[in-house]
Amino acid sequence: MPALADGKEADLKRREGMAKLSGRELYIDDIPSADHLWGATVRSPSPRGRIMSIEFGTGVDWSEFVVVTAEDIPGRNAIFLMEYDQPALADGYVRHVHEAVLLLAHPSRETVRRAAKLVAVHVEAESPVLDFCAAPASDDIQYGPDNVFKRILIEKGDVEAALAAAPIVVEGEYFTGSQEHVYIETQGMRAHVDGDVVVIQGSMQCPYYVLKALEPLLDRDANGIRIIQTATGGGFGGKEEYPSMIAGHTALLALKSGRPVKMIYDRWEDMAVTTKRHPSRVRHRTGVDERGRLLAQDIEIVLDGGAYLTLSPVVLSRAVIHAGGPYACDAVRIDGRAMLTNAVPFGAFRGFGAPQAFFGLERHMDVVAARLDMDPVEFRRINLIRDGQQTATGQTINDGVDRLEVLDTALRLSDWTARRSEIERLNLADPLVKRGLGLAVFHHGAGFTGNGELMLQSVVHVAGTPAGGVEVRTASVEMGQGMTTVFTQLAAGRLGLDADSVTIAQPDTHRVPNSGPSVASRTTMVVGFLVEQACDDLRRRLELADDARGSTVSEAIRAWYADPAAAELVGESTYEQPHHIEWDEETYRGDAYGAYAWAAYVAEVEVDLRTYGTRVTDFVAVQEVGHVLNETLARGQIQGGVAQAISWALLEDIRWQDGAMQNCQLTNYIIPTSDDLPSIRVKFLETPYPHGAQGSKGIGELPMDGPGPAIANALAHALGIPATSIPLTPERLMAELDSVAALEAS
Amino acid sequence: MIQPVNGLVSGVLPVAGDLPVTGDTITFGWRLNGEETQIEVDPAERLLDTLRYRLGLTGTKEGCAEGECGSCTVLMDGLPVNSCLVLSFQAAGRRIDTVESLDEAALAPFLEGGATQCGACTPGVVITANWLLANRDLLDTHHIRELMAGNLCRCTGYDGIVDSIEAALEADDPAVVGDAS
Repeated sequence: MPALADGKEADLKRREGMAKLSGRELYIDDIPSADHLWGATVRSPSPRGRIMSIEFGTGVDWSEFVVVTAEDIPGRNAIFLMEYDQPALADGYVRHVHEAVLLLAHPSRETVRRAAKLVAVHVEAESPVLDFCAAPASDDIQYGPDNVFKRILIEKGDVEAALAAAPIVVEGEYFTGSQEHVYIETQGMRAHVDGDVVVIQGSMQCPYYVLKALEPLLDRDANGIRIIQTATGGGFGGKEEYPSMIAGHTALLALKSGRPVKMIYDRWEDMAVTTKRHPSRVRHRTGVDERGRLLAQDIEIVLDGGAYLTLSPVVLSRAVIHAGGPYACDAVRIDGRAMLTNAVPFGAFRGFGAPQAFFGLERHMDVVAARLDMDPVEFRRINLIRDGQQTATGQTINDGVDRLEVLDTALRLSDWTARRSEIERLNLADPLVKRGLGLAVFHHGAGFTGNGELMLQSVVHVAGTPAGGVEVRTASVEMGQGMTTVFTQLAAGRLGLDADSVTIAQPDTHRVPNSGPSVASRTTMVVGFLVEQACDDLRRRLELADDARGSTVSEAIRAWYADPAAAELVGESTYEQPHHIEWDEETYRGDAYGAYAWAAYVAEVEVDLRTYGTRVTDFVAVQEVGHVLNETLARGQIQGGVAQAISWALLEDIRWQDGAMQNCQLTNYIIPTSDDLPSIRVKFLETPYPHGAQGSKGIGELPMDGPGPAIANALAHALGIPATSIPLTPERLMAELDSVAALEAS
Repeated sequence: MIQPVNGLVSGVLPVAGDLPVTGDTITFGWRLNGEETQIEVDPAERLLDTLRYRLGLTGTKEGCAEGECGSCTVLMDGLPVNSCLVLSFQAAGRRIDTVESLDEAALAPFLEGGATQCGACTPGVVITANWLLANRDLLDTHHIRELMAGNLCRCTGYDGIVDSIEAALEADDPAVVGDAS
């Protein structure tokens, strides 16, 4: 990008960009690998029950295969993340369709795939739990006393009293569907044994999560396991938990066979067996006065957790904390629970519970405004949190951000007032095409919740190189979000070096320290801040002045290595919680996040009443995200997140049977093409956050939160339908319109 | 004249009987990335697998294996096809151009414009974009967003891709590269 009009420096171009454009970048299935076996997984056909027998069919020579069962596991049969509840291989009992039962390896990929289909797993079926909202019967109990993976209650003030006193109370119930990540590179791993070390390479977001899972599984310590992230073709949360499973499987096959083993899922398997977004039901009871002041918010959130815990408690945590929205209200109760069902486990997905919470909240805000016969913008404006006011957890917001300016910028760019009237006029005149304009106002906390960052204790190293440059060593991965470029910018900027003097180490648990997972919009803000501090530490070790930069630094690094006996020069930093953060995990009171990004999104839609197809014809995304470090990358994050959320709201419709996805193909699970989306207009407002790298806050997940409710609000505006459940596919729109027509006729 | 859109190749594809069959394999000649070569393949081998696993041309990616995502797009006689849906012997006597044939200088607008994020769809995207740039009369009847609809991207929301193509179209030097014209 040439010099920018506002005088900023041009963006550093994506560092690995040309390798990706030219096809030179090597993903796990691209890395030359001789003499490996291909692995495959035999899975449960049944959602729940005891495994009675496993039958190896005819048609292949089974002596050619390596077979791994639960009995071959050297350590504990679990994929550990938060608990040990999920086995690596089912040991006699299955809790969901597609649960891994047995592993095969063979030199031919085609043969092993064919063979996997010839193994019959016979299960004595028990009745599965498939409704996450219904109270479980005693036979259904499979976790704790009540199938509740996690319950969280947030209370502020006296909600019942406030509801009783409120002149108007509006209730609403909202549902969101699941969503498959559809990263374009499917999950894949390669394992081999190198002397005493099991080496795993593959596509992942969190190398140290994989390590943590494999230590108990393989009964080895961190010295005996080496996890190396390879170029990762998209993650979106889908490569947060599941890579530990496939890494475990390849490791078990490699240990048993003594050969390298590769497992690359095809699209069907990837969609069928990996984690997805938690389905949700959100209920609101909202007390308001006639002038539109929020008096009480009573909110219940239920998430479908699926058959194993995965990260459901943490997803729930983010959902409940965001459920009250960016509004000030003195009486709030948010009651959340994540439930076991016998569905394929749900897990991390960009937004991590917040998109579900905001769909309910921001659709409900329009419903309440309509009940008050009030402009939905004005209703939000009145209640939008001001500096000095407190969130539902009692966190005082005091970040100097002008949230009204965020809202007003979105209204201005979308020409909200004039366009709403114009649309209403157009709709009266056009019987076949109806238009609507919808708004959502929201926020997203960056980094781990509460004391999470404190517990992670992230460490970053910046090492000097003999040539006088530096190598940044973190466990953060490049998965398309731009980590490599941003960390280069940060290290180069801090030390006054040019970008070419900075290299970013490939995440490898035998080479880089544990700087935590690449999740939760934390990489730039939290880990990037540590990169800057490690640069400062490197300078101190060189005994340079704090303002030493450029050639002074380079020369000092080269001088360090002039002594051939010199130890490696490594600057180090460790996370320290900013003093302003105080959080009580027991009561869920306090500063849930160090910083929030704030946003207002406007969607315009057009519905063709002949097909019930919806097109988003314009989208305005305005957000305050702290200092923007690289506008090209940041804009790409917002546009991509908005696209993914538009798709969640309108297109992505998982068909379920026995808790398993049936439409596991891109033919019948639809994500948008370039022709299905409008240009997404992005505007950043910037108020630097002092504890983020160069004043930045997290942005990766934010754009997932707003489009769902903005589109539902636009469809309600266009058609007068409830729009309380997404995805709003043509079939759903038709049903909703028919119900509205029937109601009007009666 | 407007060429067929969506990768439809006109003409008659050769059948196995027309080709030298030796034992279990088929041998034929083609022009791959500008070079005339002979190749021996299994009859049921997909072009995608020949490129990736037999020839090590791993720039071409498998995304769905059913012609929906376009990650495996290559040019066959100058037209984009999903190489997961082409049997290798069907390429006998034809020109095949993969991402490896592209000149990096011609890719600069895509780097500038933010066309790539995770990179998994990217080789297919730049192949289709290259076809578009080499056949600009397509734009008389089709929008860029229509012409690029055969390549799914989950990262960019497509703005980065469309902006990059627009920038390349505006550049003086048409980005016609490889054997695509």
